[in-house]
Amino acid sequence: MLRAQNLQIRRGRKIVLTDITLELKPGEVLGVLGPNGAGKSTLLGALCGELPADHGSVWLDERELSHWNGAQRARRLAVLPQVSTLDFAFRVEEVVGMGRLPYQSGRVRDEEIVAAALQAADAGHLSGRSYLALSGGERQRVHLARVLAQLWPGEAGQTLLLDEPTSMLDPLHQHTTLQAVREFADRGAAVLVILHDLNLAARYCDRLLLLEGGCPVMLDTPEQVLRPEPLKAVFGLEVLVQPHPERGHPLIIAR
Amino acid sequence: MTLLIKPRALFIGLSLLCLLAIWLSLALGPVSLPLFDTLRAALRLVGLPIAADGLEQAELILGQIRLPRTLLGLAVGGVLALSGVAMQGLFRNPLADPGLIGVSSGAALGAAIAIVGGSVFGGLPESFGPYLLSVCAFLGGLGVTALVYRLGRRNGQTNVATMLLAGIALTALAGSAVGLFTYLADDATLRTLTFWNLGSLNGASYARLWPLLLVSTGVALWLPRRAKALNALLLGESEAGHLGIDVEGLKRELVFCTALGVGAAVAAAGMIGFVGLVVPHLVRLLVGPDHRVLLPASVLAGASLLLFADLVARLALAPAELPIGIVTALIGAPFFLYLLLRGRA
Repeated sequence: MLRAQNLQIRRGRKIVLTDITLELKPGEVLGVLGPNGAGKSTLLGALCGELPADHGSVWLDERELSHWNGAQRARRLAVLPQVSTLDFAFRVEEVVGMGRLPYQSGRVRDEEIVAAALQAADAGHLSGRSYLALSGGERQRVHLARVLAQLWPGEAGQTLLLDEPTSMLDPLHQHTTLQAVREFADRGAAVLVILHDLNLAARYCDRLLLLEGGCPVMLDTPEQVLRPEPLKAVFGLEVLVQPHPERGHPLIIAR
Repeated sequence: MTLLIKPRALFIGLSLLCLLAIWLSLALGPVSLPLFDTLRAALRLVGLPIAADGLEQAELILGQIRLPRTLLGLAVGGVLALSGVAMQGLFRNPLADPGLIGVSSGAALGAAIAIVGGSVFGGLPESFGPYLLSVCAFLGGLGVTALVYRLGRRNGQTNVATMLLAGIALTALAGSAVGLFTYLADDATLRTLTFWNLGSLNGASYARLWPLLLVSTGVALWLPRRAKALNALLLGESEAGHLGIDVEGLKRELVFCTALGVGAAVAAAGMIGFVGLVVPHLVRLLVGPDHRVLLPASVLAGASLLLFADLVARLALAPAELPIGIVTALIGAPFFLYLLLRGRA
């Protein structure tokens, strides 16, 4: 389980993230919302130990994150960055197979997991293709499959951090991807996902963290966070909120 | 880009190619030996009980001249190709070259100091000269690389982009120092310096061979242990870190192996360009970028390429000998351009 205590991050002299106290619960999808530059990716970088904390600390289970050894940490914590720079012609299943690096589960088991993870990310049909021949959205799904394979099948105690996993996807795959993430969390893993689409956040997240200027504004259920007042205050956006006619979760409509 | 051949087929093909290169390299030269005699003499040299009738001359040429030269070619080609793989992995760029981190220019500077300095002080005993040259070249390569690595570090992290730029700057600096030594050199040392910069397997001796064999075997055994980590590094440094790789340690090992391998190769055979750049690229075109295949296959391909290049160097203008660096550049540069233009299309 991943916990952040009073976390503060500084870039140069500027404080870019402050006062973050957060606990990612097993089985929960936590969405992070906020305008550009609000510190969402910084938060993700801090939570995975990539950015050193200026103040406060991040804990994985009962140990500070920096005290974990690489492979042990990688079996509990997987991270999907916003963009990837892979520029070599690996085959799709080789890329996903890299997610199995922290394990010695054997070739046969690894191949099963790679196939299952690709299926979960709706990228099974890409198997055998060269990564470089894929479109941006397809690449994004392959990397999602890679981080899913890293924690496959997903259980309590594991954490998945996703930075805008739907940014390049078509509408259908935005939903299939978040559906896969949802199912992954339902098996017990904790998920933190940075999103820009308020309606996707409303539908797939259990809790939402609203960030503005590096500070947490609200951390609550979608029903509480996705109201016109906080959205106006943080995004400067006038919205109508109505219940989804079939599902009941908030539906956000720009005025 | 699709997979052209299966790894197993590639290994069989490359092994056969390498054996053929060894055979020809042992047989051909100013005194060409019949291929079958070469084979018999070579088998006798490795200890098989074969009748010695009429093989005395072949055995002498093989044992004293061709075998050390062939071994030198194998080791230099193999280790240059391996270093190329390591650097292309480190910089996550298929067009990276071992020279990027300053090891070649540092070795050139070391060699220039040894050649010109040795002739200025003049007092060095004849038998010591070649070793001084090798040792200085090796230390020069290691020294400049260490400096490049040091310049790329900040807050305990190595920035490969900074390293790349530091490598360019120090290469220019070392180049100007070499230029200064060239200016100061007299005609005889100038000739030595020039030929050294073009590389050659000529004059291979067991004494100069052992250090290189030791280093290249070490590098060839060590790097494949990092094959999976190198694969992950191609995803990006932070991604590799999230997969549990000790990225800083890996980068340090790659730089160290390259400095050691290229330093030893350059010290033994002078500057030989383009092998480290072209060979890994070629192998990647054939079987894809997986380092578990790429590393061992590059050793075989690099060794074969260098032996064939040496054959050209030996035979093209026989009995005179071309510097091998000219041959590898002649093959390598057009191929590099082809890769560049193909990538743009």
